[in-house]
Amino acid sequence: LNIKYRHILLIASLWLGLLAAAEAEELLMVRVQMGFPETMLKLQLTLKEQGYQLSRVQRVDIGLVKFGYKTDKYRVVFFGKAEEIKRLSHDHPELIPYLPYKVAIFAEADDTLVVTANPVLLFPDAPADLKATLESLNRDLHTVFEKLREN
Amino acid sequence: MNFPNKIALLLLGLGAVLLQPALAEKGEALYGQHCAACHGYDGMGGVGVPLALPDFQYSVTDQYLKLTIRHGRPGRVMPAFKSLNEKQLNALVKYIRHWAPGRSFKYPKTPVKGDVKHGAKLYQQRCASCHGVNGEGGTGTGVTFSRPRELPIVAPALNNRSFLSSATDQFIKASLMNGREGTPMTSFLKQGLKEQDINDLVVFVRSFEKRSSTLRQTTTTKEPASISFESPYDFEATIQGVKAAIIGKNFRLIREQVLEDGLVEKGKENKKQYIIYFCNFSLLNKALAIDPRVGLFLPCRITIVEQQGKVMVHAINPKRLARLFNNSDLYKLCDEMSDIYLEIIEEATL
Repeated sequence: LNIKYRHILLIASLWLGLLAAAEAEELLMVRVQMGFPETMLKLQLTLKEQGYQLSRVQRVDIGLVKFGYKTDKYRVVFFGKAEEIKRLSHDHPELIPYLPYKVAIFAEADDTLVVTANPVLLFPDAPADLKATLESLNRDLHTVFEKLREN
Repeated sequence: MNFPNKIALLLLGLGAVLLQPALAEKGEALYGQHCAACHGYDGMGGVGVPLALPDFQYSVTDQYLKLTIRHGRPGRVMPAFKSLNEKQLNALVKYIRHWAPGRSFKYPKTPVKGDVKHGAKLYQQRCASCHGVNGEGGTGTGVTFSRPRELPIVAPALNNRSFLSSATDQFIKASLMNGREGTPMTSFLKQGLKEQDINDLVVFVRSFEKRSSTLRQTTTTKEPASISFESPYDFEATIQGVKAAIIGKNFRLIREQVLEDGLVEKGKENKKQYIIYFCNFSLLNKALAIDPRVGLFLPCRITIVEQQGKVMVHAINPKRLARLFNNSDLYKLCDEMSDIYLEIIEEATL
């Protein structure tokens, strides 16, 4: 490469690195100042707005009241885009245990917490094609969480 | 100016413009984005400690807050926010200070001198029941999931290297002398200790720095995200083998489905991607009691896939996932769960 252009590349990659670093949290988490049912509804609507389809909602609460919890409001929401899930499970079988995508949602006092893993950081060595999909998913998750937070 | 230099200048300017909104973010917005999920919008805590408590505000310095945000507490849930710049840190601290304005101060940097042996004795008598024999802190995250709390906060880990590098001797001394109203931490002066006793305690707490063996393991790194094995059996036989192995490990089968269930039209799903969900309620409760956020990876699940004539068995790797939560209390349980997954899959594919 022509030496004249090397410093351009250096500066460009520096900015890209800085922008990427701003998103480096392994666990994405948002506290929603709404009750559980309202947050669950908004979560599902927001996921649909981002182009995702809900696969199902799993209860993770059986017997919790018996174990001393005040509430059993705990669910895991599975979602995805059919074609994307098909492609990922075929091309990247190491992702299969994480498909469809999911978000945990549970009540904490009057608020509701929504949690998911940062897909980019979960697979740091992903090849370029997978990385692009994971980055896109990460952006969508940030958008969903931001909308929930704005309430 | 030649062409490459013009482009470089343009990139520099463009970068500065693009990042400007991020740099100019207000403390409140940053707090909402990074802190409120754990500490609450009102600063009254939840997953994290209650930052708005006046006694907390009056005893911590801006520098302590900044270092804590920057480095987190390895293994104690509070993550490190390494990507925040100095300006953002200042904005965050300023916002956190709005709950008790006008009381920011600095402690002198003078190290406290005292008798470490006497401090150790006092520590075991007065501090170990909450902060742990080796300063490892109270158990749990503070994430209550609406479970009644016995304490408003989890006792901090005094042996945590990040705590020790954020807290000066004088800060620790002030906490011991004054206590923290609104928490179980009471003033040691009011308990009848003398200033020299408190100095001895400070010296003992500081000595945790030299005993790295007492510090908890922080994270597991370089673990793959998934556990995958090839099965020598056909698809159906592997499913049956996995189910038998799950039951053999005292888990209950709770659901079976194809991976595309709910995503594609009924009957058009790929039937060769089969998920088995299973649960052991005692383990589930144990995990949720340590950190309810682990529900994200529950219930347990194994997926059997046939592709291009090969039958593969896949599961998550809890050892890898443990690090997401920055919670050392989870590491042992995650190791145990990884072993269980491995044993089930090995048994089914041997």
